[in-house]
Amino acid sequence: MQFQFANQGLAWSDAYFLALGLLNTVRLAAAAILVGTLAGIALGWLRTVSVTLRVCTAPFIDVLRSVPMIIQLILANSFLSILGFGASPFWFGTVALGAWMSAVTAEVVRAGLLSVPIQYRKSARSLGMNGYQELLYISLPLAFRTSLAPWIGLVLSLIKDSALAGVVGYVEYMRSTQILITRTHETWLLLMGAGLFYFLICYPVSRYSRHLERKVSV
Amino acid sequence: MILIRNVQKAFGTVIVLKGIDLTIEKGELVCLIGASGSGKSTLLQCINGLEPIQSGEILVDGISVHAPKTDINKLRRKLGIVFQQYNAFPHLTALENVALAPRVVAKRSRAEARALAQKHLDHVGLGDKSGCLPSQLSGGQQQRLAIARALAMEPSYMLFDEVTSALDPELVGEVLETMRLLKSEGMTMVVVTHDINFARESADRVAFLYQGEVYEIGTAVEVIDNPRKEQTQKFLRREKRKPVEAVISSVA
Repeated sequence: MQFQFANQGLAWSDAYFLALGLLNTVRLAAAAILVGTLAGIALGWLRTVSVTLRVCTAPFIDVLRSVPMIIQLILANSFLSILGFGASPFWFGTVALGAWMSAVTAEVVRAGLLSVPIQYRKSARSLGMNGYQELLYISLPLAFRTSLAPWIGLVLSLIKDSALAGVVGYVEYMRSTQILITRTHETWLLLMGAGLFYFLICYPVSRYSRHLERKVSV
Repeated sequence: MILIRNVQKAFGTVIVLKGIDLTIEKGELVCLIGASGSGKSTLLQCINGLEPIQSGEILVDGISVHAPKTDINKLRRKLGIVFQQYNAFPHLTALENVALAPRVVAKRSRAEARALAQKHLDHVGLGDKSGCLPSQLSGGQQQRLAIARALAMEPSYMLFDEVTSALDPELVGEVLETMRLLKSEGMTMVVVTHDINFARESADRVAFLYQGEVYEIGTAVEVIDNPRKEQTQKFLRREKRKPVEAVISSVA
């Protein structure tokens, strides 16, 4: 009797719990993508400006790109707690995932900027544009076109990696699923549901990116 | 007036310009001819400050191009340049290509810039192509677009850097036609070209560059038809043996 009590089956109220988790996943991913992309564009541009800046920013990029996300999350969480920064799990996840996103986006942006043929930049400068105008009106729009597809790949990675934010106490979709699995032992059903919903988030993103790519192709 | 005084320029250890002296008067069309590597394109890019120089001086209307305190972006508005590769900005329509610099550099209103752009597109015969992306235009049209784009900044001088070299032979004529139109309107032009016939018929003066120096300079009749120096004669003999280009250009 006691055993049965611990294994309560799925109830409709659990759907609400999962929906909250799903919403948290979307919120966290959206915030991290926004922060990471803006920081990544700035960082990527800085890395094309001078060798010094590229060398200075290299450790940040290399560490964030090469150390597994879960280790970064746990270590950073512990360090920040020891130092006494008590942020909410949401903000913490945003900063950690956003930092990763900025590092990987920076390299995509850098590659995109380097792919802009020099003659377009020369033409822009010869018309009297200064370096910033050339960047804003010529290099960035052209870099956007080459960077779009790889950047979408990063977005999809980030949506899935946001599942790791559970380890720092943020109850996103994967974490909610695990909580329900522990209670109900409906492993198959819940994991398939989780997989389905991650797919439902990611697939429209990649469809939309293809649409966008066609629209801006030159 | 463009005054070039003892300009020296090196890429690393390779010396490209070995003390160039040249004066381009207002309203004049000066053609720079010479073999590949003689420094003609480099000289042109030095004139509008796209390339730094090691010594000497270039004065445009009395302003030194390479002096550190010169506002080079402001000076470049006087100097339109068209390059060998068609480099219309690929993400902008023809109209936007031409209107961009007047709007962001010359700070004209959007409507003004568009009207100006349309005027210059009409001028080079692309009035009906204003909504096209460069990828929808032929090479000759793209090159004329580049000319319109430079003209929209209302420059006092136009620099042409082998603008017909990358074109299919049948497209060369329309671009040369546009250049003749500019000449007839009194534009001051410096034209780097391999097209000896264009130089002969259009240039007020022709300068033959050889190994980074102005080797021979004078009117087209003097330099092209009656070259006095040995290297000029050699170069012209070689050029005249390229029949296809010569025929096409004289037809155009």
